[in-house]
Amino acid sequence: MKKLLAAFIGTMALATAPVALSAEATKELKMAYDADPVTLDIHEQLSGGILQLSHMSFDPLVRWTKELDFEPRLAESWERVDDKTMRFKLREGVKFHSGNELTTKDVKFTYDRLKESQDFKAIFKPFSGINIIDDYTFELVTSEPFPLLLNTATYIFPLDSEFYTGKTEDGKMKGAILKHGNSFASDNLSGTGPYRVVSRQQGVRMEFERFANYWDEESPGNVKKIVLTPIKENNTRVSALLSGGVDFIAPVPPTDLDRIKRDKNSDLVTMSGTRIILFHMNQERVEAFKNPKVRQAVAYAINQEGIAAKIMKGFATPAAQLSPAGYQGYNESLKPRYDVKKAQELMKEAGYEDGFTITMMAPNNRYVNDDKIAQAAAAMLARINIKVDLKTLPKAQYWPEYDNRAGDMMLIGWHADTEDSANFYEFLTFCPEAGSGAGQYNAGNYCNPEIDALVAKANVETDIAKRTAMLQEVEQRLYDDAAFIPLHWQDLAWASKKNVKIEPILNVMNFPYLGDLVVE
Amino acid sequence: MLAFLVQRISQAVLVMFVISVIAFAIQDGLGDPLQEMVGMSVSMEEREALREELGLNDSMVVQYLRFAGKAIQGDLGNSYFYGKPTLTVIAEHLPATLELVIGASLIIMLLSVPIGVYAAIRPQAWLAKFFMGVSTVGISIPVFLTAIVLIQIYSIGITVEWFPADTGWGQWLNGALSTDGGMPSYGRGDDLTHLFGTWNSGFFSELGLMHLVLPCVSLASIMLPLFIRLIRAEMMEVLQSDYIRYARAKGLSSARINFLHALKNTMLPVITVGGVQVGVMVAYTILTETVFQWPGVGLMFLEAITRSDIPLIVAYLMVVGLIFVITNTLVDLVYGLVNPTVKLTGKKA
Repeated sequence: MKKLLAAFIGTMALATAPVALSAEATKELKMAYDADPVTLDIHEQLSGGILQLSHMSFDPLVRWTKELDFEPRLAESWERVDDKTMRFKLREGVKFHSGNELTTKDVKFTYDRLKESQDFKAIFKPFSGINIIDDYTFELVTSEPFPLLLNTATYIFPLDSEFYTGKTEDGKMKGAILKHGNSFASDNLSGTGPYRVVSRQQGVRMEFERFANYWDEESPGNVKKIVLTPIKENNTRVSALLSGGVDFIAPVPPTDLDRIKRDKNSDLVTMSGTRIILFHMNQERVEAFKNPKVRQAVAYAINQEGIAAKIMKGFATPAAQLSPAGYQGYNESLKPRYDVKKAQELMKEAGYEDGFTITMMAPNNRYVNDDKIAQAAAAMLARINIKVDLKTLPKAQYWPEYDNRAGDMMLIGWHADTEDSANFYEFLTFCPEAGSGAGQYNAGNYCNPEIDALVAKANVETDIAKRTAMLQEVEQRLYDDAAFIPLHWQDLAWASKKNVKIEPILNVMNFPYLGDLVVE
Repeated sequence: MLAFLVQRISQAVLVMFVISVIAFAIQDGLGDPLQEMVGMSVSMEEREALREELGLNDSMVVQYLRFAGKAIQGDLGNSYFYGKPTLTVIAEHLPATLELVIGASLIIMLLSVPIGVYAAIRPQAWLAKFFMGVSTVGISIPVFLTAIVLIQIYSIGITVEWFPADTGWGQWLNGALSTDGGMPSYGRGDDLTHLFGTWNSGFFSELGLMHLVLPCVSLASIMLPLFIRLIRAEMMEVLQSDYIRYARAKGLSSARINFLHALKNTMLPVITVGGVQVGVMVAYTILTETVFQWPGVGLMFLEAITRSDIPLIVAYLMVVGLIFVITNTLVDLVYGLVNPTVKLTGKKA
């Protein structure tokens, strides 16, 4: 009888709680991003837009807080079993949009699918398996000790295994990941997240509704309906906010920051971002770049602070390394070293006093003011007698040129998917090696096996203090060697109407936690 | 008549063939479609596999023959980005563009005929001179600038404080020149009426019409001056002709002369130009749609270019080519109705 009573009370609590919540969520939010999610299949593409969708309609095992700590979401707790295994306890009573209940079989399904996904499999490479202990306990196992296990767990958004299993009426596998063409998962979605997708007209409009049985009853969020309109044109997006057509926009172009600040009905939130913009100097194409003194001369000739202030209108943080503040590798002692005299001396010492001519390439629609940055850099290099032949291209044409390493200096921006320093080195400064994919975007052909070995060592070091020291040393050595020319970290900006309290839900990864958004 | 249609259809086929060949030939210059399909960290091997799967590694001729083989059966391929047949994607976006063009055409027709006729009949009136002056300005302002100014004035609103606010007249002038804004500045609104197929119309609700106003005015602004000037010039010429003088001598009322006899002949070249311009207007919508985030084919095409969505680009160009052929055919048919002496097949009269 006691058991029965307890069960009865339990069901009552479950049944009443969601009702109380949906009564609170009454507000409507109209928002405009520069693009809408390409697909509803969150494993089809690894991109900012897809991750933003993931945080709206799904929940990760753990997620980043504003301070870059971990916060439990669907994983209630976790503990290290040994240096290769982490045991997670799953939250109980979590419902998917379809009504199914979340258990470890959904986590296993999601893990297997991530391992299949073309875009995500690289991130999950260190994992060797998943052990299901019971319905709410599982272990993630890596082949080597892996310090970034929790970072990677932020990418595990459990999918509804029942919903995505089986065949559609026309015989397609529901779980298939398809890059092009229509798959079941690219048009249908069932997650545990705060918002269900009500309707979607790709490129035009997307409507979300608060999920009535959302598990997180402590979430302060009170938005019932979200309408997302992609507005690509910067000016139009800002106008839509200023005219009251939408309540929340992102990103805000640097040219319009003042306009929004002046507007008495709008709030602007800016943050120093984590996307580094940098130049590679190709040593294979230009003999002079093999000489560290020439590379240092270039580093001394580029005025990062000037670019950030004049071209980016203060909307960027000047950089002298890859890791932004808050990352383990961030080395506080490294500062931009603009000094033309010193640069000229170094050129003289290296025997290139009369300079030389190089080609430079940059995209013109990929990063904020990318073509103007390249023009400024070209002008700065002229002062140490390096003549620059600059070519800027639209991104669709730029990346094939980048893959061919078609310019002597090439511009690239990079954001570490793992929110960790090592990711920068692996893609941007490792000795290029086609087979393993190391140094895939190292257009400088800079190669220092000692540094690569140090990063590899850090990648299996689970003691944070030791790992931090190693990564900071890497930054120092790259700086001394002038392996590349860092410019700045692109800042982030969002704007909203005054009654939409966006500040608490924003973070440096640019995944607004819209589930927790409060509208007054 | 039948010979005329057969001639036109074969012409359309030829036009579309040429367009598809050109579109295929330039695709290499448009960039790599894979960049939009995969994340930055995807390895070279994965990319190569996907490229093979999409058939991008085949030679241009092989790719074209594969495309042409399917195109003959009415299949223009799948859009890389939308993952749907390109014709479906275009069908979903076309109604928005057509409504924009219809709205702008209505504005042009309703304004250009009376203003043009008035300016021809009373060339010396100050109002006529004013219209001509404004139309010169109108023709020289690019459409996106018009659009941005319209958005600033009617959507966001402006506050004018040029005149001293402590005087009565200053306050009045400031107030008269300031606007509140409030007009929708983007998209088609939420209140669309479903007509048929993929056509959801904004013409049947207040919200839908409000959303149409600014984009249609912007789009019309570039063509309106052209038509006013055209109608004025034609009308003035017709008014000089012998049959009008004869009608005057006969003592017909000037209203009957101007609006029945003169206007009818004025409209002949206007119809020709108008037909061609409707096609051009579909092209102009690219700018207007971008500024107003209007979900039509113009915006779709522009985005397809930045994404190198080649199948969609090819299909769009072919559809636009078809629209040109169709409007020209219609113009020729209407022309025959207005002026029975014109023979369609070009035989001697």
